Amino acid sequence: MTASPQLDPTPASIADPRETIISSEDLGMVFAAGSVVALQEVNFEIKRGEFISLIGPSGCGKSTLLRIVAGLLTPTGGTLSVKGEPVTRPRPDIGMMFQKPTLLPWKSVMDNVMLPKTLGGRVTKEDKEKAVALLHLVGLEGFEFSFPGQLSGGMQQRVALARLLNTGAEILLLDEPFGALDEFTRERLNVELLRIQREVKATILFVTHNIQEAVFLADDVFVMTPRPGRLTEIVDVGLPRPREIAMMKDADFNQRVFEVRDILGGTI
Amino acid sequence: MSTQDRAGSTDRSGVPHWAQHLLVFVIFISIWEMAVQFNWVSALILPSPFAVIVAWWDLAITRGIIWGHFFTTLTEVLVGFIVGATFGIGVAILSAINMTFRRLVSPYMVALQVTPRIAIAPIIVAWLGFGMEPKMAIAAIICFFPMFINALTGLMQVDHENLEMFESMRASKWQIFRHLQLPGALPVIMAGFKTGISLALIGAIVGEFVSASEGIGVLIQRFSFQLLLPEAFASLIMLTAMGLFLYGLATFADRHIVFWRHSDLVNKISRRMRAKNAGLAGIKPLE
Repeated sequence: MTASPQLDPTPASIADPRETIISSEDLGMVFAAGSVVALQEVNFEIKRGEFISLIGPSGCGKSTLLRIVAGLLTPTGGTLSVKGEPVTRPRPDIGMMFQKPTLLPWKSVMDNVMLPKTLGGRVTKEDKEKAVALLHLVGLEGFEFSFPGQLSGGMQQRVALARLLNTGAEILLLDEPFGALDEFTRERLNVELLRIQREVKATILFVTHNIQEAVFLADDVFVMTPRPGRLTEIVDVGLPRPREIAMMKDADFNQRVFEVRDILGGTI
Repeated sequence: MSTQDRAGSTDRSGVPHWAQHLLVFVIFISIWEMAVQFNWVSALILPSPFAVIVAWWDLAITRGIIWGHFFTTLTEVLVGFIVGATFGIGVAILSAINMTFRRLVSPYMVALQVTPRIAIAPIIVAWLGFGMEPKMAIAAIICFFPMFINALTGLMQVDHENLEMFESMRASKWQIFRHLQLPGALPVIMAGFKTGISLALIGAIVGEFVSASEGIGVLIQRFSFQLLLPEAFASLIMLTAMGLFLYGLATFADRHIVFWRHSDLVNKISRRMRAKNAGLAGIKPLE
């Protein structure tokens, strides 16, 4: 799994890496005619190529925030901008992945990965080769013509990740993607996700309710609290990259984990 | 069909399942035959299995008159089912994609459901006469509703995250329907096929009872009026055979259309696809 497949160079590799790519200004979201405040006065900036973990208890609005960035929900207050433009609908440069693999069981792994291309028009030979390369990248070489029902949960999420990368999006929104997997599979996929991010140079917004996972992956951890949903604090992780599982023993790592836990502790 | 029912399977007794089934069948037929032979039941009321076989041989082989009736009824059922299923699935698709249409049409669907549809049979015969058409129409009307309700249920049960996944890829409504909603509904639609095809058979027979000159339903009625009960039973067995054939057809269609629900078929298709695409870069055979 060390070979680098022939992937298109993303625009991110050319553009200024420190440029702000996502910004939120006084973002607010009220559901059910004013009775449920899902988000209130959320402000942040995310730079190109950053890995952001979004953590908080259920009901803190983290999934809502992710869906606003995806253009699936329209905020009731404030603005969410990507590359300076307010997001009003799903964009080609933003892709999303879910807790469930959301694969189509009647399509082969290849055809699932090629779904973004199928929706975009005709599938070319290059598209097929790209899909094979992406499956290689996520460690599923040889499973091209398996069906989702034949794969384990972890492998299904790898397919979903390959499909997400095949959208060509440079901003990846991940909504608890490994939340339903066992601890070992989750750890392995975390390490691989970081490796893949280095290769494709994506900006990632990662929702989780696992504090260790949040700290392990992120440059910054956005800590959210509920009722109303607010972005309470941003924790700068500051650990060196590439990250390794062994770092979870380090004092620095545990320091950050407790920092996040303390912020959440007062609210749960 | 569960795996335990497959031919060749056995249990702790060591007796193969097919032999157990055969034994029960032989016992059942023997008791029936004895009941008639020893006059526990009058042969006028319950013909013996042997008498039924003799009558069947006469109708199917010696005179061969039953086959015309058999294929008349089968044609009525198949055409009726195809028409009923097409309309049922068609109206379900329109209801699934257009909420206004669904709202406007649903009272009529409920009315159609609560009306005993068999009661429409005489009216249909009055409209369409005495040929095969009214039987096809009755079969279609009777199987329309389960086909409609199954298709609508299947089309409406779209997983929310799947839908968001398609939306995030900026799929059009048509693409969502074509790639997510319709294939996702197929398992439920195909389950409706099994109910629908049995109901279509009932519809065709009811139509033949109301008025007809040909069909298995006509034969059963005519033989019963003449108290030719062995012949009536022989005709009934032909209907059972037809029902089994139709159910088998629906099961076969289900297996092959909803192949991903059957691991043996998925493995086969997967292997075939892998062999066909062996030239694609990076693909290696799996163990």
